[in-house]
Amino acid sequence: MNGENAKSMSIIVTKGSLDWAYPPFILATTAAAMGLDVTMFFTFYGLTLLKKDLNLSISTLGNPAMAMPMMGAHMIMPNLISALPGVDAMATSMMKNLIKKKGVASIEDLRTAAIESDIHMIACQMTMDLFEFKQSDLIDGPILGGAATYIETATKCDINLFI
Amino acid sequence: MADQLLDAKGLNCPLPILRTKKALKDMAIGDVLTVQATDPGAVKDFEAFCRTTGNELVDSSNANGEYHFRIRRKQ
Repeated sequence: MNGENAKSMSIIVTKGSLDWAYPPFILATTAAAMGLDVTMFFTFYGLTLLKKDLNLSISTLGNPAMAMPMMGAHMIMPNLISALPGVDAMATSMMKNLIKKKGVASIEDLRTAAIESDIHMIACQMTMDLFEFKQSDLIDGPILGGAATYIETATKCDINLFI
Repeated sequence: MADQLLDAKGLNCPLPILRTKKALKDMAIGDVLTVQATDPGAVKDFEAFCRTTGNELVDSSNANGEYHFRIRRKQ
């Protein structure tokens, strides 16, 4: 797509929460926009990001750096409260509101942009088996592969990231 | 020559860059794209984008928190 001399980047995507979905998709789409050939390898919880129905959430549990802006201050949730039912749902809806308000792209939009910019996507076959995902659960486009498929790509890439 | 205007005001990283790339793709070599943005991070990002892609950042300006970047498509 970008010629044989294009720089290239690969990202191993291992996390599937709403907050952790951002770094891989932002970096991948930006790199593609800057002319790099990009490959994303979705494994373990990262595989969730390829599901047709994205229903991502965040958890404040064990996340002391998550300081949500609230009424001019920042709120950090104590673990004892994070563990209560409904708190994650509330934090997720707060995060989604912030995303909209601040002009930050949705993960759905970034994923569409990634597909439109011909980013190669590999869905981890072992994770599919482990968590009993069917290929029909996933969007069209990703190829199924394993560690060797990824490593072959990574040996040719200028940048390899693990997120 | 058909110069273009891209309104990326209110959009946050990486959307101004993604929209810029999309707009440049449909323009002829030599045409100039003016991007309007409000993301302060866009200043460094557009410099890096142009250096890496080989497009020319003709100039950039900032007035009242609104940034204008003029980018000439080179290839």
